[in-house]
Amino acid sequence: MAKADQKKIRNFCIVAHIDHGKSTLADRIIEKTGLLTSREMQSQVLDNMDLERERGITIKAQAVRTVYKAKDGEEYIFNLIDTPGHVDFNYEVSRSLAACDGAILVVDAAQGIEAQTLANVYLALDNDLDVMPVINKIDLPSADPERVIDEIEDVIGIEAQDAPLISAKTGQNVDEVLEQIVKKIPAPSGDPDAPLQALIFDSVYDSYKGVIIFCRIKEGTVKKGTQIRMMATKAEAEVVEIGYFGAGQFIPCEELSAGMVGYITGSIKNVKDTRVGDTVTDCLNPCKEPLPGYKKVQSMVYCGLYPADGAKYPDLRDALEKLQLNDAALQFEPETSVALGFGFRCGFLGLLHLEIIQERLEREYNLDLVTTAPGVIYRVHKTNGDMIELTNPSNLPDPSEIEYMEEPMVSAEIMVTSEFIGSIMDLCQERRGVYLGMEYMEESRALLKYDLPLNEIIYDFFDALKSRSRGYASFDYEFKGYVQSELAKLDILINKEEVDALSFIVHKASAYDRGRKMCEKLKDEIPRHLFEIPIQAAVGGKIIARETVKAMRKDVLAKCYGGDITRKRKLLEKQKEGKKRMRQVGNVEIPQKAFMSVLKLDDK
Amino acid sequence: MRTEKQTLELYIHIPFCVRKCAYCDFLSAPASRKTQEAYVECLLKEIRRSAELSGTYEVSTVFFGGGTPSILPEKQIGRILEQLRAQFSFRESAEITLEANPGTVDKDKLRAYRDAGVNRLSFGLQSAEDAELRLLSRIHTWRQFLVSYTLAREAGFHNINIDLMSALPGQTEESYQKTLERVLHLEPEHISAYSLIIEEGTPFYERYEGHPELLPSEEEERRMYVLTKEILESGGYRRYEISNYAKKDRECRHNLGYWERTDYKGYGLGAASLLHNIRFTNQTDLSEYLHGNFAGSEEKLTDQAVREEYFFLGLRKTEGIDPGIYREYYRELLKKLKIQKLLDEKDGKIYLTEKGIDLSNYVLAQFLD
Repeated sequence: MAKADQKKIRNFCIVAHIDHGKSTLADRIIEKTGLLTSREMQSQVLDNMDLERERGITIKAQAVRTVYKAKDGEEYIFNLIDTPGHVDFNYEVSRSLAACDGAILVVDAAQGIEAQTLANVYLALDNDLDVMPVINKIDLPSADPERVIDEIEDVIGIEAQDAPLISAKTGQNVDEVLEQIVKKIPAPSGDPDAPLQALIFDSVYDSYKGVIIFCRIKEGTVKKGTQIRMMATKAEAEVVEIGYFGAGQFIPCEELSAGMVGYITGSIKNVKDTRVGDTVTDCLNPCKEPLPGYKKVQSMVYCGLYPADGAKYPDLRDALEKLQLNDAALQFEPETSVALGFGFRCGFLGLLHLEIIQERLEREYNLDLVTTAPGVIYRVHKTNGDMIELTNPSNLPDPSEIEYMEEPMVSAEIMVTSEFIGSIMDLCQERRGVYLGMEYMEESRALLKYDLPLNEIIYDFFDALKSRSRGYASFDYEFKGYVQSELAKLDILINKEEVDALSFIVHKASAYDRGRKMCEKLKDEIPRHLFEIPIQAAVGGKIIARETVKAMRKDVLAKCYGGDITRKRKLLEKQKEGKKRMRQVGNVEIPQKAFMSVLKLDDK
Repeated sequence: MRTEKQTLELYIHIPFCVRKCAYCDFLSAPASRKTQEAYVECLLKEIRRSAELSGTYEVSTVFFGGGTPSILPEKQIGRILEQLRAQFSFRESAEITLEANPGTVDKDKLRAYRDAGVNRLSFGLQSAEDAELRLLSRIHTWRQFLVSYTLAREAGFHNINIDLMSALPGQTEESYQKTLERVLHLEPEHISAYSLIIEEGTPFYERYEGHPELLPSEEEERRMYVLTKEILESGGYRRYEISNYAKKDRECRHNLGYWERTDYKGYGLGAASLLHNIRFTNQTDLSEYLHGNFAGSEEKLTDQAVREEYFFLGLRKTEGIDPGIYREYYRELLKKLKIQKLLDEKDGKIYLTEKGIDLSNYVLAQFLD
């Protein structure tokens, strides 16, 4: 391919609230620009992990290059960068956006602006992108494009009168989107002869090529043989291959110069060396400054992962190592639990990230897992002046050694229709939220702003939010910082024995309530045994709640004759099977799901 | 010299009833006289098709179950038994049972059953309290039952079973005790006393699943079970299986066969058979059955399944079983269950203790691999 003219390049991404049709529009753009015929195209090329397709979310950033012949007769190169669509991956989103010059904002013609729409638009504006709105799903009977256009103008404050009204599903008016990309999204700038300065917006591990760096060249040019350096991690490598992104394939080329989007390989062994947001430069002719905005991603949520079958411990370790090759945000270290045996304490970006890893371990590596309560990182300031970052409640020092503790807070924005404002405010109140303010988007909808402790939102906040707003509330948050807090470790004793895997850190004010609910929940989860089982919650050795699982006194099949035998056998088999999925703690058998399900304590 | 033939039990399923009871999940429903007649013709055809069994087997028992077999005109029961006798050799003392709903019999019918060779009747009474009978949507009252029972005695039935149910919604220990005493007074040869099981797909399931507060508590249920044993034993009955009581030598031989894994052949809709460790289940779709498609599924039991059945069926009998060749296999389990006082052993036979009976599912499940 001839050296591309910068003016003929458009680098853009699509931002949207979940389910507003981002991936479908991406598919249409790829299809319409002729990269793939619709027959060749598997639905939603850009979401290429099975899990992504099933959940309808994007986990890893993806990019694709297509060529569009515009009405002015010129051919334009489109680099479409698909960004992850979830708050857990906010940082990755912001780096993907930084690799673009403009963003298409997709808004559902029926639902209008949601919390993630706002969060993503602000991220795009923060990165100086030109935002081009598109109204999608106009084929829906409930579509109300005029209202949504007004909402975009009023709430976000961007021009939306000429926003294309499209149906990405049917392809209606998608051509207009393509034309507007040419007209409204600015061409990139940058000097191809300047020192190399390229932004890493993702990297993946490939067993043949090593790490493949996805990058946007801001300044300069990179070629095969260039000795490159990652400015933050200081890793160096010689470029083996460069190229751009076909649909689901890598297409090598001679060089990438300022304004272009593509990939670089260079026998790099680990994605830890090529962190998202880092700047790639030329060792021999380095740029003066790295690109702004880099930060090392931190795990926000921790939990213990244990193999259901203790013998699978080495398999779990291998699987985690393999996943980590491709996921610099995943952290793990070995730990041991009295109740669960050998396992790992793992760190994640958020609960979705946790769930994804858990699901991939189970599906792709065929592991049966037991997961303990997810928790956040607490800062424990000891009387001797030391500070420890606590990721496992079992490691909490003796209360006498603790000066004070801190917990992480987030700033949250919740979009809700006015009828549910009351119940959502109640929810935030219960979760120790600090009310910051409320803005009306329009008469019927408001944006609530709260500071919330992260540990109050990681398990079931989203579910609670949805159930208390009949699905209408949407939610977004970002990490704010640490604040001092009155925290305590809540221990659970089953048949008088402390079960380490059930301990968690809780705010003192909610310890009693959580302890009580926890005991109630466990009472339902633990099957009856031949003896009575006390379930107790304790803080600092003091029992604050108790329930009892009564002894099993009667469990009989009244009838069993000739025609019943097959059915009765199944019943007994089920009973027997149930026992296999239990963990033995002392004399008591605890179902594995009890370790996780006790976290869903919101009973409204 | 003639070689000894193997014992075979016969089960005849009559899937018809006057009205479906609210707790019943058996394969049974009301049907027109015409359907019933067509069904009997199919039954006879199915019996004829199994002629080869008579070469190796000799019949020890016949059991007409349902549904409500007594819904059929007496003539039809006679025709079925005639066909069976024409085809099989019967043991001299063969036990021939017919289940009867107290609301469906009269003097002539009972007489005719007796003449056809039926020598044991099983009455589904369930309760002696009319309020409880209504709740179960039974079609008869206590009084109607008394009439039927007396007629059966007069017709010459000397071996009668009465089915009872405990743990019914609204039932108290007092009302249950009254039922037991009333029944005891009649001196039937055999009493089956079952705890109500709420089965999926029944109106009771809709009404009571998830509402344990509407049913007697587990503790009350247990006390009713203990009460049954105390009252019936004091009346001269012996509990020989978890829910079955009999006067001396009046155990139901047919049912004992199921727990001892005697071979059996079932005829009719959905009927099960066990022949040389293959379990057959007939067609369960009535219209298919009426088109002559009798066969359903079959399963060859593995050695493991045979071993497991030997225990989970055999241990239902109060006298227990000889673990025989499996003793070594279950050594650890037997030891554990004895320590837990769920199982005991006497004269080489292992049997469930009272506690073991109460928790029999828990115990029996452990004999499965």
